[in-house]
Amino acid sequence: MATLSVCQIPSSGFSFDYCKRNALLEAEITKLGFNAPAARKTGTTICGLVFKDGVILGADTRATEGMVVADKNCSKIHYISPNIYCCGAGTAADTEMTTQIISSNLELHSLSTGRLPRVATANRMLKQMLFRYQGYIGAALVLGGVDCMGPHLYSIYPHGSTDKLPYVTMGSGSLAAMAVFEDRYKPDMEEEVAKQLVRDAIAAGIFNDLGSGSNIDLCVITKSKVDYLRPHDEANKKGVRAGSYRYKHGTTGVLTKTVVPLDLEVLEETVQTMDTS
Amino acid sequence: MNTRGLRSQLKDTVAVTGLCPQAGAYGVQDTLRKGFTSVKNELLPSHPLELSEKNFQLNQDKMNFATLRNIQGLHAPLKLQMEYRAARQIQRLPFLQSSNIALDTLRGSDEYIGFEDILNGKNVVGTHMR
Repeated sequence: MATLSVCQIPSSGFSFDYCKRNALLEAEITKLGFNAPAARKTGTTICGLVFKDGVILGADTRATEGMVVADKNCSKIHYISPNIYCCGAGTAADTEMTTQIISSNLELHSLSTGRLPRVATANRMLKQMLFRYQGYIGAALVLGGVDCMGPHLYSIYPHGSTDKLPYVTMGSGSLAAMAVFEDRYKPDMEEEVAKQLVRDAIAAGIFNDLGSGSNIDLCVITKSKVDYLRPHDEANKKGVRAGSYRYKHGTTGVLTKTVVPLDLEVLEETVQTMDTS
Repeated sequence: MNTRGLRSQLKDTVAVTGLCPQAGAYGVQDTLRKGFTSVKNELLPSHPLELSEKNFQLNQDKMNFATLRNIQGLHAPLKLQMEYRAARQIQRLPFLQSSNIALDTLRGSDEYIGFEDILNGKNVVGTHMR
């Protein structure tokens, strides 16, 4: 034929076929003055902290798409394994898919080893995947959990670097949340004090950052149990309307009423069975 | 960046002289997907990750075999590569696609879920056969 090509099965995974076309289209569109569609991000405040018995993860619940709020109550604390949870900031689809893939792989791995998965394993898997894609997967994560060696907390950046720390914050509201942590964090806090601190840190992010808002979700992980508090606190409640603005029946007078019956006859009747299996 | 031989790295096709150099599947330029013809288009990858992703499995294997050789000696990668070669030869009829189950088990990718298992055109809702 025109070219001799190696007979290949269609490749799976990421395909770079449309990259050149997209670059061309974007250049054309910007020339006309429009914007290319923006990915939905979770411009966010997420944070985590290690307390006496375990780890607390906190997140806000706003997802933005450019300058518009796309989701007022999205869930940013993702399940990885029964003892490990992960908060995600950055591109919403990337954090969602990455945490799901790692959760599946960790499940397979723990079935193979026969043990409860360790947080360090999840961390290693995430950082290797994110480094492989050189930061093009925009997922900034706070990974926390309790395993046989105790409570652990990691922060993972989109390019694949990780930090293991007693308290971390990520996202656009991370500076506001970190300010609260730096002021009031003490090692080995009690659960209630720690929950209040995380709540205050997320609230600081919500009130001082445009990309964060709505409610505060908390996830308390200890050796024996996991408390997924969604919502823990509704910081931004939508206001209740003070008065009723509906018009009463009879406000507009009816002047005339005309009824025109339409003569329709049934021409054909077909039945299509639905496959409800 | 080494551009010599870059075209051969990007494409799996052998160009036939006399025809458009950027021919797609039917012998003409695939303008919708690849854009207008240009030499730069042909030589440079369309995305920084394109080359690295294409060779990812190969590079991983190379690295693993090199490490294995350093730790255990030459016999270890040699035996493993012999097994890979044998597993790769287990195929079905000439035009049928093999499931590569032996190769997957050897590699350990039967216990690993990656993007190639999700983004393969088979998981689109509503495209199953009745």
